[in-house]
Amino acid sequence: MAGKNSFKALAAPLSAENPITRQVLGICSALAVTVKMDTALVMSFALIFVLVGSNAIVSALRNLIPSRVRIIVMLTVIATLVIVIDQTLKAFLFDISKQLSIFVGLIITNCIVLGRAEAFALKNGVAQSALDGLGNGLGYGLILMLVSAGRELLGNGSLLGYRVIPEFLYVEHGGWYVNNGLMVLAPGAFVILGLLIWLQRTLTGYTEE
Amino acid sequence: MRASNRYTYFFVVTMAVLSALLLSLLKIGFQDRVAFNRALDTKKNILKAAGVLDPGMSATETEALYSSKISERALRDSSGTERVYYIYGSPDDPEGYVLPFSGKGLWSTINGFIALEPDRNTVRGITFYDHGETPGLGGEIEKEYFTGQFAGKKIFRDGDLVSVTIAKGTAQRKDDYTVDGISGASLTTNSINRFLREDLIGYLALLKQ
Repeated sequence: MAGKNSFKALAAPLSAENPITRQVLGICSALAVTVKMDTALVMSFALIFVLVGSNAIVSALRNLIPSRVRIIVMLTVIATLVIVIDQTLKAFLFDISKQLSIFVGLIITNCIVLGRAEAFALKNGVAQSALDGLGNGLGYGLILMLVSAGRELLGNGSLLGYRVIPEFLYVEHGGWYVNNGLMVLAPGAFVILGLLIWLQRTLTGYTEE
Repeated sequence: MRASNRYTYFFVVTMAVLSALLLSLLKIGFQDRVAFNRALDTKKNILKAAGVLDPGMSATETEALYSSKISERALRDSSGTERVYYIYGSPDDPEGYVLPFSGKGLWSTINGFIALEPDRNTVRGITFYDHGETPGLGGEIEKEYFTGQFAGKKIFRDGDLVSVTIAKGTAQRKDDYTVDGISGASLTTNSINRFLREDLIGYLALLKQ
């Protein structure tokens, strides 16, 4: 049961089948929450929770779901999980939940979640589906962390809140350095994402037909 | 699976009932925590409007600062509605006043606090802490670059309560009563102009002492 297939399910979305850079899914939240690394981290965990949960539940129910209503049923599962994580964040990490605002709720619309449920969880066992969810979630999280590291470093001079570029280098303190304002806005995220996609496709040799 | 109508109805109804049950239990379970978080957030924003919030402080430290520096009062306006406000500093010799205001934004209610100096005319600061406006557009009202403009503005001109007006785009008149707007957020800022003024008028009994 475990072994080669499971490893592939887990590892593939981290590079060759990465949901964002290869399948180009789930981009909107990738742009919105990656201004700082801490919000990107929490968002990644939230998505992994929903993705693993929905894949596992949909897979467990796959022989019971009437096919005529399967999309609605999958959406119900996903929406329920999203509300669970949203309420949990409000209860335990209130300040971060305010920064993430509507984007946790928007996980319901994230194509990765419904996409994997439909493409994988409906046809595979629970353990496999959970691993597929974990793999895709980690692939998404990896991209989010890379983009947010770039944006936070170039746009704010810090990483995970810790100052990296020293204060004395800044223009305000008599130096020459200025933060890159573009990185704080969506176009900056597009730029970094584009560069990442280019890098990944060069390394794996993938081209679209 | 191809399923009979009866089974499909049964499945869908069971699914709906179970998820509703789960979410209700969760909400009730987290109620107290969320209420505590919201109350703390409100206190933080009162301190923030007054310009005295230290983000590095822990929850207990913030609570202590709040209890020592903020007193709550209430007055009745001309229509008989009770309005709560906050005094910063000693009630006999206030260092500032913090007035709550709220109203309907574009999507949802906007809640905020406006802090005034002891002259009850000059603005110390403003926060918009609870809103459902579009991130990146109306949602920018919570950002420092926007709220920072209000410091030093005045709400009375020649004895008339004019409030502070948010212009559409960059303000043409550079005076004490106008601040620059946010592009793409005119519907949000128009609403704020309206209900900020209305709520300030509700506090005339306090302001005109």
